[in-house]
Amino acid sequence: MRRWIERQRYLIDFTVASLLRRRVRNLLLFAVYAVVIFALASVMLFSHAIRREAAALLAGAPEVMVQRLVMGRHDLVPASYLETLRGFRGVQGAEGRLWGYLYDPTCGANYTLMVPSGPDRELELASGEAIIGRGVSRARGVAAGESLLLRSPAGEFLKLHVNDVFAYGSEIVSADLVLVTEADFRRFFGLPEGVYTDLALTVANPREINTIIEKAVRTMLDARFITRRDVLSTYEAIFSWREGLLLALLGASIMAFAIFAFDKASGLSADERREIGILKAVGWETGDVLAMKLWEGALISLGAFIVGFLAAYAHVFLFAAGLLEPVLKGWAVIFPRFALVPHVDGLQVATLALFTVVPYSAATMVPIWRAAITDPDTVMR
Amino acid sequence: MRARGSDVALGSLALGAVLLGAALMHAGLARRSALPEREAAARLVHRLGLSDLALFTEARYTRHPSQADLHSAFQDHPMSLDHFPSGSLVAPRVDTRPAGFGAARGSGAGR
Repeated sequence: MRRWIERQRYLIDFTVASLLRRRVRNLLLFAVYAVVIFALASVMLFSHAIRREAAALLAGAPEVMVQRLVMGRHDLVPASYLETLRGFRGVQGAEGRLWGYLYDPTCGANYTLMVPSGPDRELELASGEAIIGRGVSRARGVAAGESLLLRSPAGEFLKLHVNDVFAYGSEIVSADLVLVTEADFRRFFGLPEGVYTDLALTVANPREINTIIEKAVRTMLDARFITRRDVLSTYEAIFSWREGLLLALLGASIMAFAIFAFDKASGLSADERREIGILKAVGWETGDVLAMKLWEGALISLGAFIVGFLAAYAHVFLFAAGLLEPVLKGWAVIFPRFALVPHVDGLQVATLALFTVVPYSAATMVPIWRAAITDPDTVMR
Repeated sequence: MRARGSDVALGSLALGAVLLGAALMHAGLARRSALPEREAAARLVHRLGLSDLALFTEARYTRHPSQADLHSAFQDHPMSLDHFPSGSLVAPRVDTRPAGFGAARGSGAGR
């Protein structure tokens, strides 16, 4: 065993010396490799953490939300639907919710105006008062205690006294929120009494949700039901590895890496061929050459993996994924500032390692094996 | 005496492994310290009945992807293309209760 270890150490000594002889080329290779892993790991860590965040936060979303569709579009729900829904066995409560969007031409941002639902002392508002998200506060330069002036799509103005600004910790769900009273909301949007944006249901036994919906759709033909499970699976799908963000960013990275690995695998430089030839001529066996080159691939790929992964971890969790921000932000003016809670999935890290380190090491082995089994004299010519 | 190449290479890899372990430990500690903030945000979601993350505020179907209908990305005209950048990141759901378009997949109830 000791002899084997010493042998491997000598092989690594030789590999390191060989790498240093072509240090510019190898450094460049290492840097490209590390950058590819950094990009892949950043997106992977970000999407995994945000998926966990969404699952933890949205576990408190309403059990069932009911929309009314007219010509395939979301429409206002009459209050009479509330009575119908309360009549279904298993429905504990049904309440109308008021929320809508407002485009603010002064700063080009979109706000979500909302009426707090249910009796809640902490969020109790009087007419002319509001609680705003930090994104709105930043976009308009308004702090707690100051006034926020909004213009409705009909041209009417609403002057609101900002009671409070939502805490930093909740920015990921509240950045663009403006909470107002029901009377202010209806007046601002010119909304008549007795209609709601959508309805929220409370169900006593979550196992009955599907049965309730099955019964409800038979009588409420224009209604669309969205359950908490649907909400959670939406976020699971948006940030899953095969959809949306990941597909957009990973696609380019994977292609770049595939081209890079293929290029590496497709042939050896004349220098490398000569080196293999000389080693064979001075008595190295094919196994030794392969072991030396395997160490070379392993040192480069493992090193690049560690550097790329650590840089990605720091980027996502210590620097708030700053490089992904322009991609996520799009044309939006309001973007939540949030520190993602680090979640590292061991299986994901292992998969990333497997799909980057192993193919690279394997790809480099094929041309070396081909050169190593050829006659030294032919290889050196 | 100059250090052997193998010592430098293996030492660097070992240092990298230690740093990877430190990152995992940092993740565990950060999760614990973020718990009160996370709980406050979860309470807000419950109190207000929020259904979505405020990640993409540029279009209504990306602000509330779970509430959007399948038409909303093509709101201006049936033939118009989705023109918001985040529309390419937030893929439309095809397995929600479709309410008029296609059939629900799996065992989901409703329409």
